Amino acid sequence: MSTIYIPTPLRRLTIGQSKVTLEGESVGAILTALDAAYPGIGERLFDEQGQVKPFINVFVNEDDMRTLQGLDTPVHPSDRISIVPAMAGGGQ
Amino acid sequence: MTRLTRDQLLNHIRASVPEVTPAQVAEWRQQGREPVVIDIRERDEWIQGHVPDAWHLSRSFLELQIEQVEPDRDAEIVLYCAGGVRSLLAARNLQEMGYEQVYSMIGGFGGWKSAGLEVNVPRFLSPMQRERYDRHIILPGVGEAGQIALLDSKVLLIGAGGLGSPAALYLAAAGVGTIGIIDFDKVDRTNLQRQILHGEATIGQAKVESARQRINDLNPEIKVIGHDCPLTSANALDILRGYDVVLNGSDNFPTRYLVNDACHLLRIPLVDASIFMFEGQVTVYQRRDRARGVEGGPCYRCLYPDPPPPGEVPSCAEAGVFGVLPGIIGSIQAVEAIKLILGLGAPLVGRMLLYDAQDQSFRTLSIRRNPACPLCGDHPTLTELIDYEQFCGMPAHE
Repeated sequence: MSTIYIPTPLRRLTIGQSKVTLEGESVGAILTALDAAYPGIGERLFDEQGQVKPFINVFVNEDDMRTLQGLDTPVHPSDRISIVPAMAGGGQ
Repeated sequence: MTRLTRDQLLNHIRASVPEVTPAQVAEWRQQGREPVVIDIRERDEWIQGHVPDAWHLSRSFLELQIEQVEPDRDAEIVLYCAGGVRSLLAARNLQEMGYEQVYSMIGGFGGWKSAGLEVNVPRFLSPMQRERYDRHIILPGVGEAGQIALLDSKVLLIGAGGLGSPAALYLAAAGVGTIGIIDFDKVDRTNLQRQILHGEATIGQAKVESARQRINDLNPEIKVIGHDCPLTSANALDILRGYDVVLNGSDNFPTRYLVNDACHLLRIPLVDASIFMFEGQVTVYQRRDRARGVEGGPCYRCLYPDPPPPGEVPSCAEAGVFGVLPGIIGSIQAVEAIKLILGLGAPLVGRMLLYDAQDQSFRTLSIRRNPACPLCGDHPTLTELIDYEQFCGMPAHE
């Protein structure tokens, strides 16, 4: 099982959990499994072409998946997947 | 034993120690031949002015400390004093230690000045400054020179809100000599849960004025430049130009893209951070500059090529923000700004630090420049500021 770190704006959909564990052999498979487990997340992550939205970054361990093989990047059970969306807040 | 007069001794030494004129030393330097130049006068002479890029090792410590400056016995060393006599005597001692190429500069610093060559008059901290910054001065990596660099530095804060508050206080306490603040908001009671620059007494005042009062109470020698206006494409380059570092604490996407682009165009490192509820992100965007040995990293656009559509990401005003969170993240921004000014440690360039207050966890992710980035990529198409409200489809200011 890989660990997926859920950013604060999406935690409403994971019942407040900051990380969840799921199985999947690629980043795409993991994110699809995430949407199946917590419906509504997919809509927040993917655009109409099924690509991760341009204001969201997905990391496999420390590396941006876009510098690896994108959604096809293989994932091992010990890997950590981080979803990092753009945030604008400065505490104003 | 031979009995020598002063002049006989000097003539005797001159037979074995080569002498150079100040003009020769200057010419060597111009030619790229860089001898180690050491000023052997006393500290009170040195602080009146000295040869640029010279080391200071007073004659009484020369033999004891020379190896810390130049252990290589084959290195070219030029010693100078005030008039050229003490350096001649000192050079002989270095020869005895095995230094093969030691020169004494004829006429010393007086000769250097008479030749009309450039003189460096070092700055020193006042007794009160030495007291205030004592814990910095004794710290390896800062020291007196580092503290002077901080006092000479200029940092601009985008926003005097949650992130800007702790950053401004720590930068002021650290002695960053000029702190610019751009914010057109007024202090509101809802700010005080986290914006520790302001207080009950300054509710209703312009944030830049409230900030100025608090900063100058903490450290009166800090020059605060307030910009009580919105940051726009029309004024951004003029406002940002001349700052050494910019700290981003803005609260909206149009301003974030604007600040990113302006900093890139002006080659100013940007310490960027954002917060949401219990979570914060912080990183440093710094443009590659090989001439200055800066490797550089990605920019904001490499990470986030497009902003989210309006309404997709709630603001702090809508979702709330944990009051201490900007204290942590804004303080990390201050750390990064000071490190950049001092050239200390490893800046958060190419790395993004994530902090989660609920899990009490810090994580670091690796971020890379996108070769296709329209701003900092291999074939940039963005070469000037644009209309950021149009680009983001949302207003930057209410």
